[in-house]
Amino acid sequence: MNPTGLQVRLRQRAPIPLDATLACAPGELLALVGPSGSGKSTILRCIAGLHAAAEGAIHCNGETWFDAAAAANQPVQARRIGFVFQNYGLFPHLSALENVAAALGGLTLAEREARSRELLARVHLDGLERRKPAALSGGQQQRVAVARALARDPAVLLLDEPFSAVDQVTRRKLQQELARLRADLAIPMLLVTHDLDEARMLADRMVILHRGRTLQAGSPDEVMTRPASASIARLVGLHNLFEGTLTQDGGGLKLEWLGHRLDVARIAGQPGARVSWVIPPEGVLLHRRERPSRGEAENPIAGIVQDCLRLGPFTQIRLLPDGGSEPLAFSVPTHVAERNDIAPGAPARVTLLAGSIHLMPWEAPAETRGE
Amino acid sequence: MDLSAWTLSLKLAAATTLLLLPLAVLIARPLLTMRPGPRLVAEGLVALPLVLPPTVLGFYLLVAFGQHSVIGELYRGLTGRSLVFTFDGLLLASLVFNLPFAVQPVQRALEAIPREVREAAWCCGLSRWQTLWKIELPLAWPGLLTAIVLTFAHTLGEFGVVLMVGGNIPEETRTVSIAIYDHVQAFEDRAAGILSATLVAFSFAAIVLIQFLTHRIGKKEQ
Repeated sequence: MNPTGLQVRLRQRAPIPLDATLACAPGELLALVGPSGSGKSTILRCIAGLHAAAEGAIHCNGETWFDAAAAANQPVQARRIGFVFQNYGLFPHLSALENVAAALGGLTLAEREARSRELLARVHLDGLERRKPAALSGGQQQRVAVARALARDPAVLLLDEPFSAVDQVTRRKLQQELARLRADLAIPMLLVTHDLDEARMLADRMVILHRGRTLQAGSPDEVMTRPASASIARLVGLHNLFEGTLTQDGGGLKLEWLGHRLDVARIAGQPGARVSWVIPPEGVLLHRRERPSRGEAENPIAGIVQDCLRLGPFTQIRLLPDGGSEPLAFSVPTHVAERNDIAPGAPARVTLLAGSIHLMPWEAPAETRGE
Repeated sequence: MDLSAWTLSLKLAAATTLLLLPLAVLIARPLLTMRPGPRLVAEGLVALPLVLPPTVLGFYLLVAFGQHSVIGELYRGLTGRSLVFTFDGLLLASLVFNLPFAVQPVQRALEAIPREVREAAWCCGLSRWQTLWKIELPLAWPGLLTAIVLTFAHTLGEFGVVLMVGGNIPEETRTVSIAIYDHVQAFEDRAAGILSATLVAFSFAAIVLIQFLTHRIGKKEQ
């Protein structure tokens, strides 16, 4: 077992089913991503000691915080965690300074005040020390919560949807501040979020959770472009998820889809096997109208434009491939769309880059739908 | 004569309030985390004095405090005093019949504190006692104040239980409400009237004071 960092293994049936395994190294920011009710917050609460799972263990820097088999369960106070709650949980009757000082037990009064001022300055709240939470904006309240969480010199920093209660502009600002702040923190950091962009922007690694199960862990890029299963692809909101069959073609394997035999850079399996596959919008290239390819291009697909949506400099296109029932989504610079007369009902051809196609084991699509 | 009734009533009300307030916190706090079943039973027991006729409550207390009861024997063994027809017994009875007036406002006030605030305190390293002392009680202050005033005013006004448990012994158990009853029985309408008026004035002042203080605290918190 790795003696540094945080290792978590949790199982329970009720009140929320959990079957989670995750690890977070010192200095690493791990995002727990999943739909609401997937157990993200419960996992944080288990790590903090606010909830005890039926089975499993939690180790931090070699210390056992929880071990169901050994009936070991350290109290919250003994775990040295920094916790930023979704609604911050600030003490409404105490000033910003006193809120931070509350987490500085064991120091003299003067030391507490000095350290609290230092922490508030670190989150850019100098000058507002005497204000009570009600007299602070949402973003300022969040900063007090962050300062307070760091006050104990925590072994782990836990952030439960810390940006969900503020407006978009403040959110961006606070996210940037966290990105800067974390550079100085050599402790494991866990961020619970349902916002994939946020996870992508801030996290070194992310864990996908569904119904309490940790489905996949990896860098955001890896999870977003190479999901381990079709259900993960759906959970992370990937478009262009299709089904096909592996087929033997000449010397190698190909992906058969709507009568096309697609080249795939990374392909393995038995011919005849059903697979799910996904291609990111960046892997779909529009052919120029005045230079139609005649089959020599990579994986050419013809279809009819179902709709196109102009979003500033880019235009989102949904192309219904001939013989297919689900559209391919991709986007092109708006001037390209205009030059190629892209409009609903117009024919168009695209290339599916062989290097961008990602194959996954086939699974029944009903399993994760309907939520 | 009536001055001694007032002194006794005030002494009883003050002692009841002082003893009952910490007791109410100790009872109300665990109610918050109790499982629904036991909690319902406990809340029912606390609320019982609200609905029982004072004579019924007084009767059971009289039986419980009697010379040959466990509580009565125990108290006599410890202090050498009786619980029946004494100030001590009256105080104990007063603690019981004021239970809902003290526990319920404190409980409501503690319940109103968001779970995150309490948990944040633990995450800050504060023990459960420190959390109660530094976070929960200051936030529950309006509820505590309500409990104080309600208990105090209600003790001043209680009649049935006092009569059952304490009887009517001047300077020992003869409170203002008993004295009023006495005066009426003796056709001393003027004395009864004066005493009643002072009780009304005092109770009214208490209610106004609590509203004023609650309002001011509410404003300061903003």
